Amino acid sequence: MKYNRLSLSLAGLLLAATPLHAAEPGGSAPTVEELWKIIQQQQAEIEALKRQQQSTEQKVADVDEKAEAAVEAVEEGGTAGAGSWADKTTIGGYGEMHYNNTDSKEEIDFHRFVLYFGHEFTDRIRMVAEVELEHAVAGGDNDGEVELEQGYVEFDLNDRHSTKAGVYLLPVGILNQTHEPPTFYGVERNPVEKNIIPTTWWAGGAEMVGEIAPGWSYNFGVHEGLETSADDNYAVRKGRQKSSEANADHLAATGRIKWTGIPGIEVAGTVNYQSDITQGNDSSADDAWLFEAHTDIQRGPYGLRALYARWDLNGSGPRSVGADEQEGFYIEPSYKLTDAVGIFARYNRWDNRAGNGSDTRKKQYDVGVNYWPHPDVVLKADIQSQDNDGDQKNDNGFNLGVGFQF
Amino acid sequence: MILIRSLPLVLLLACSMALARGTYQEPADFIAETFDSSPPSPDVVWLRGETRETTTAILGHKYPSLRVRYWGDALRSAWILEEIGKDQPITVGLVVSDGRLERIKVLVFRESRGWEVRHPFFTDQFRDIGLTAGELDLNRDIDGISGATLSVRALKKLARLALYLHTRIPSGDDTP
Repeated sequence: MKYNRLSLSLAGLLLAATPLHAAEPGGSAPTVEELWKIIQQQQAEIEALKRQQQSTEQKVADVDEKAEAAVEAVEEGGTAGAGSWADKTTIGGYGEMHYNNTDSKEEIDFHRFVLYFGHEFTDRIRMVAEVELEHAVAGGDNDGEVELEQGYVEFDLNDRHSTKAGVYLLPVGILNQTHEPPTFYGVERNPVEKNIIPTTWWAGGAEMVGEIAPGWSYNFGVHEGLETSADDNYAVRKGRQKSSEANADHLAATGRIKWTGIPGIEVAGTVNYQSDITQGNDSSADDAWLFEAHTDIQRGPYGLRALYARWDLNGSGPRSVGADEQEGFYIEPSYKLTDAVGIFARYNRWDNRAGNGSDTRKKQYDVGVNYWPHPDVVLKADIQSQDNDGDQKNDNGFNLGVGFQF
Repeated sequence: MILIRSLPLVLLLACSMALARGTYQEPADFIAETFDSSPPSPDVVWLRGETRETTTAILGHKYPSLRVRYWGDALRSAWILEEIGKDQPITVGLVVSDGRLERIKVLVFRESRGWEVRHPFFTDQFRDIGLTAGELDLNRDIDGISGATLSVRALKKLARLALYLHTRIPSGDDTP
């Protein structure tokens, strides 16, 4: 049997370090065979320790893997499949309450509460619905209404174009599509968009939406038309059918081009064509056109909104009461003192019977302040002063409001 | 009149041509591009304690994950982050270098409105932007886009988040 020098040295060290084999007083030194036996025993223990270490390392790796899987499961929202419907469904909304103290009214009104629902059927097919309660209580003799302001299915054609079918907000003006209270100045929506466009204006139909080039977008749709009447002096606001068993004898079309090529600047123009403004109920009224243009600028703390809109109604009926021309404009500079406080002023002028010779034009000046304690919550105050032509009464006073979106 | 009457049908028929939408660059491709096709292995910043609190403050809600994955190191890092605009998540790739935003790019946009935020004419405003010391706000104004308020807000939050998380990456000196 041969032993190399290393083995013998190791044996010597082990012998010296192992109390069991320490030289006993008076005892004889271990033989080479005894040393070899000790070495074998130690070797076995080393091998056992190695196996134990490998086992521990494997367990640690297994624990790491399980921990990773647990974290991933938590991040993914738990058990596979659970919550998938909720993941594809979103709920939002907004609301606003107003206190009006003007010559025409002194009242508190929860003007609007809107609930929004969206659901993704697939990555390229979704639905959007918006239900609105106006003036807090609806039904019976109450002033309120429950309305479906939006309810459409949208299909993506590609990454630049989509189409929708259902009830949707028409692409016209600044406020018609974006009117959540924190997004605009003034307690009430401005009278020009309200009476001339007329905001909020929705209709049932189908629309194409897309992007022509970076910063350039378009909308084009065909939808239910207005149904106004001589009894209302052909005022366009009275003609909204709101997709409630809407008369579709004479459809309408709306097209918009919008440019947003520089951050903070929007310029857009809309044309709307009504093939018959009374849906054939009034032979003295015919088709009608709306032309609208606006800009919306917000550069740093400075803001400016300006809008012009004009209706041309054909037919002897509208012409006889001066409603063949209905037009208005406003200009609204604003300044944000801080991220949370902004002030504005607005000059509005509009006339729903601009085609006659009498004084039916209305003018309104507004100044006010918005305070956003949170980006989605706003407190508003403004003063309005009218300077209407002729013998029309002025409606002066102040308004307070609180609004939110989520 | 015939055109007007037939257009709804034409538009509805066009729906059948639907294709994929909204993915402008795959996140993996963004990472590869950022590191010249040789991306490092990803690492994570765990959202614990102060890091989680600050992340919540920046977003206005809890980040929907226990950790955030990144590529790179304390000098230059790349992030793929998501934030909801109005009702859908916007996936954004961000690169932070030396405490400044080197690049921000919208990778996947799923919202129905506000898609203008993906264009360079908007995202170029973020180049070299950093954070203020105290409030962790962006140190420059970002002009918004009318009608895309919520998408703009989402991108501003993600820019702040990436810049903040970059500071939570251990530097080489901190490595044991």
